[in-house]
Amino acid sequence: MPCDLAPASLPPPMRFYEYESRRIVERAGIPVTDYGFAETADEARAAAGRIGGPTVIKSQVLTGGRMKAGGVKFADTPDEAAQHAEEILKLEIGGHMPAGVLVDPKAEVEQEYYAAVLWDGRAKRPMMLFSDMGGIDIEEVAEQHPDHVGRGHLSNLQPIPDFRAKEVVAAAGGLTGRELTRATPILARLAQLQRDYDMTLAEINPVARLADGSFVALDAHMEMEDEAVGRHKNMLSEIGVELEEPRETYEPSEFERNVKAIDEADHRGVIQGKDHGFDGDLGLVIGAGGGSLTLTDAIRSQGGRPANYAEIGGNPSVAKSKGLAMEVLKKDGVEKIAVMMSIVSNTRVDIVARGVIAACLELGKDPAETIAVFRIPGAWEEEGAKILGKYGIEFRDRGTSMWEAAGEAVEKVQGGG
Amino acid sequence: MSSAAGTFIEVVVEDSVAGDAELARKLEEVCPVDIFEATDSGVEVVAGNVDECVLCELCLDAAPDGAVVIKKLYDGTELRR
Repeated sequence: MPCDLAPASLPPPMRFYEYESRRIVERAGIPVTDYGFAETADEARAAAGRIGGPTVIKSQVLTGGRMKAGGVKFADTPDEAAQHAEEILKLEIGGHMPAGVLVDPKAEVEQEYYAAVLWDGRAKRPMMLFSDMGGIDIEEVAEQHPDHVGRGHLSNLQPIPDFRAKEVVAAAGGLTGRELTRATPILARLAQLQRDYDMTLAEINPVARLADGSFVALDAHMEMEDEAVGRHKNMLSEIGVELEEPRETYEPSEFERNVKAIDEADHRGVIQGKDHGFDGDLGLVIGAGGGSLTLTDAIRSQGGRPANYAEIGGNPSVAKSKGLAMEVLKKDGVEKIAVMMSIVSNTRVDIVARGVIAACLELGKDPAETIAVFRIPGAWEEEGAKILGKYGIEFRDRGTSMWEAAGEAVEKVQGGG
Repeated sequence: MSSAAGTFIEVVVEDSVAGDAELARKLEEVCPVDIFEATDSGVEVVAGNVDECVLCELCLDAAPDGAVVIKKLYDGTELRR
């Protein structure tokens, strides 16, 4: 389940391969079926031989759509498992080559369930979810069968009581008596795991009830808060995670790579830039105090189409401000930029003004034509206004709301003014 | 005289002190954005950094009165002691 409840302005979480998630779940005391991770066909054969019986060979990529792309295959013998592994290891899925394959037993499942604990960004607390309709998209279940989804929030500080997990499992319907008692520890341990390892999402889908009545995790998906990775080096090392390897879910664009390089080259302030999923014509140089998300939304609400997402703050240097603005202006189809920050900005107005004007000049553009709006309430406003005035740009302070500034920028792009 | 101008800022060190090695060292030390460099011949104004000037005036405090001038090219005013 995508963690759409988390604020979008946070850095992306660290994602784990399925085999790593399996190790995390296993470590937390949640039962799993025997499995093996293989980087070669021979290793897959050996794993299938050890497991015995029919197996499932799954590509280990940090993207979805494995089944459709041919990245999940069933094998009756170890040789067949090796053959499938060989094919899957060469198969690119969504631009990703697999890190290996997971060899899983083809379990005799009586029923599939769904269990998850995710960070609820609105409630600012973890939320447990359980459904007796596992193995399928939980959002679809929540929409079409809400009575089959149990939910419950947890405290950030208090110990996690088993009875809270039991209430959530019971609320999903379908489980009573001994089954309810057996399923409850899975959700309770998942909640503990989520807290212990700062997971923004800890999901097991499906949790399977096997023929013998036991419950096991068949597939797991974990996402760790990116800022927390450093705190969990020991655990990550124990499960074999190489922290140096990139974990992006998509190949960063040239714009994203360039902005990152500019940010890393200069310790002053911070800039970030993303354009994955953006195809608009209004470049954004925005930020401060959660302003990026608000301002991006404001541009969209005003009918505009952002060309990128950005964050700028912490008093960046002129060079860094200029670097971000130049990268935004170099994007295809971008003729104008909106330079905006929220009201709590302590970033110096004059420094950012110098940066964005210098970017325009270096690219041979008229700053007055290119900067659709400059709205930064903050330090050194007077000096900033003088610089902007010299280049024919009107300075907008807190007297202009973010909504109004966004509207002004959109109007200039759409009206060509 | 050692000076350099960017798009927004010009920094000038008067001739009378430009060759002063001790002042050059002090200016290099106090400037938070590396506008001054102490060289064998005294102080050099680093052209690539002048637009980074944050108008903190630490260089003015470190130098004798009138020896360093910060010119704000966007409004024609200047900072000096």
